[in-house]
Amino acid sequence: MSAPPPRRLEPSEAGAPLAVLLPFRPPPPAAFAWPRLRLVHLVGIAGLVLVVGGAAHAQASGARLSALEVIWRWLPLLMWGFGFNILMSVLSMALGTAAGLGLGLLQIGENRLLRRVAWAATQFFRNSPWLVLLFFAMFMIPFQFTVFGHTMPLPDWVKAVIGFSLPVMANMSEIVRGAVASLPSGQWEAAESLAFSRRQTMWRIILPQCVKRMLPPWMNLYSLITMATVQASIVGVSEMLTLTSQVHAAEGGRPDLLAPLYGFAMLCFFLYCYPIERFTLYLERRFQLNQ
Amino acid sequence: MAALSPPEDFGWTPDQPLIRLVDVRKSFGAIEVLKGVSLDVAKGEAICIIGPSGSGKSTLIRCINALVPIDSGTIRVEGQEVNDPDLDKLALRRKVGMVFQQYNLFPHRTALDNIMMAPLHVLKQDRREVEARARALMAKVRLAGKEKAYPGELSGGQQQRVAIARALAMRPDVMLFDEVTAALDPETVKEVLLTIRELAEEGMTCILVTHEMGFAREVADHIYFTDAGVIVEHGPPASFFDDPRDPRTQAFLGQIL
Repeated sequence: MSAPPPRRLEPSEAGAPLAVLLPFRPPPPAAFAWPRLRLVHLVGIAGLVLVVGGAAHAQASGARLSALEVIWRWLPLLMWGFGFNILMSVLSMALGTAAGLGLGLLQIGENRLLRRVAWAATQFFRNSPWLVLLFFAMFMIPFQFTVFGHTMPLPDWVKAVIGFSLPVMANMSEIVRGAVASLPSGQWEAAESLAFSRRQTMWRIILPQCVKRMLPPWMNLYSLITMATVQASIVGVSEMLTLTSQVHAAEGGRPDLLAPLYGFAMLCFFLYCYPIERFTLYLERRFQLNQ
Repeated sequence: MAALSPPEDFGWTPDQPLIRLVDVRKSFGAIEVLKGVSLDVAKGEAICIIGPSGSGKSTLIRCINALVPIDSGTIRVEGQEVNDPDLDKLALRRKVGMVFQQYNLFPHRTALDNIMMAPLHVLKQDRREVEARARALMAKVRLAGKEKAYPGELSGGQQQRVAIARALAMRPDVMLFDEVTAALDPETVKEVLLTIRELAEEGMTCILVTHEMGFAREVADHIYFTDAGVIVEHGPPASFFDDPRDPRTQAFLGQIL
């Protein structure tokens, strides 16, 4: 844990042990840092903006706004749309994680029938295209439902959240099963020999150790579902991609605006997901060292 | 110990063997690992089970606390039949402590927590009383001051002593040791063996699977030699080591000593 990093011996040092005999210690991971923007990145981004914006500007006659001006004008609306994507991703992740945890625990539970059912459900939802599941949710779930005489409307975006939470649930179920299976069987034996019940063993000994193992794949899953939320535009939810195409239409459908507008949407998702990706990588490396 | 004759003990009295195995058989698939093993362990006795790898020693010891279910035969612990579909496994395991080759400490909890968890959550005992007992056990295994250390911060020998203390915290009537020094550095083997010897001398009933012949000779009241799933020979250490009868025992001891 806190062992000092091995000092690198100079070849000149007398009596230095042969390097091949030294125990292998992977280098400690650097403390997590936000991805640094280096000069090369700035050049790349500026270049992209110039090429896209420049091309747009060249095609734009004096009366029309440049691409950057269009984006700036519609920025609040576009950001509202992006916020909606984030909201859907967070909600479907929360819903899917809770359901997936339950499904995963059933998959490794003691009841044979439930185990089979949970396994089948996991495989079914894990191996279906996300878009198909989304359609499935949009058309199978009623647009309103009645509870105790109150009719509650179920807006499209809520149905989309449910649709996205299905693949999250299935993948989470596998993450749980995999993490539990990856623990050495000695942990179970030790708990059993101390007269812990199966439930106590699971909640006090197995799952707390699994959280660490589950975190990186779980964050990865979140990143994926965030990017998948744009699929909701296909079923008419007013998220960023839908709004982008509406903005494009409102600006007269100018072909020169296509690349900048969709490029901007892409950039938003990249800036949101890339740090998550980096943080996941950092956690993975840290946990590998601490196993 | 006042806890020796509750109703579940089936009229077991201290003059009978604390543990009795009769013709225990166990197969894993087509491989028969135990081919009819019988042995008795009296209260306060320390026995050692020795034998070549794959002779069924670990399986045998795991049968006693029902970690491994047996196919046929009888295992009685304080008169309680272990090979009984209605067995209350948890009640049995409260009486039988076990220490493993790989320590199997819970890496997400401190040494002290490892010792306290089972008495707190399984026996539902009072936290203050449990903590006092856990600290006393840490001192007993010579690890006072390491209470807050996580298993990953302890050496193998220290971890194994925490594992012994963890099993003792349940106040078992018998302790099972499954090759507890096999994964240790030679220097740390001694400190673990010393702890076990003290336990045996205090009158704890101990069943040890071990490859430490010198230790077995000093500590054990009785030695059992297993080979290919049967007990080939058994006897008190002096006669066992100095005058082995069976050729298989002679060959094994010849290789080791």
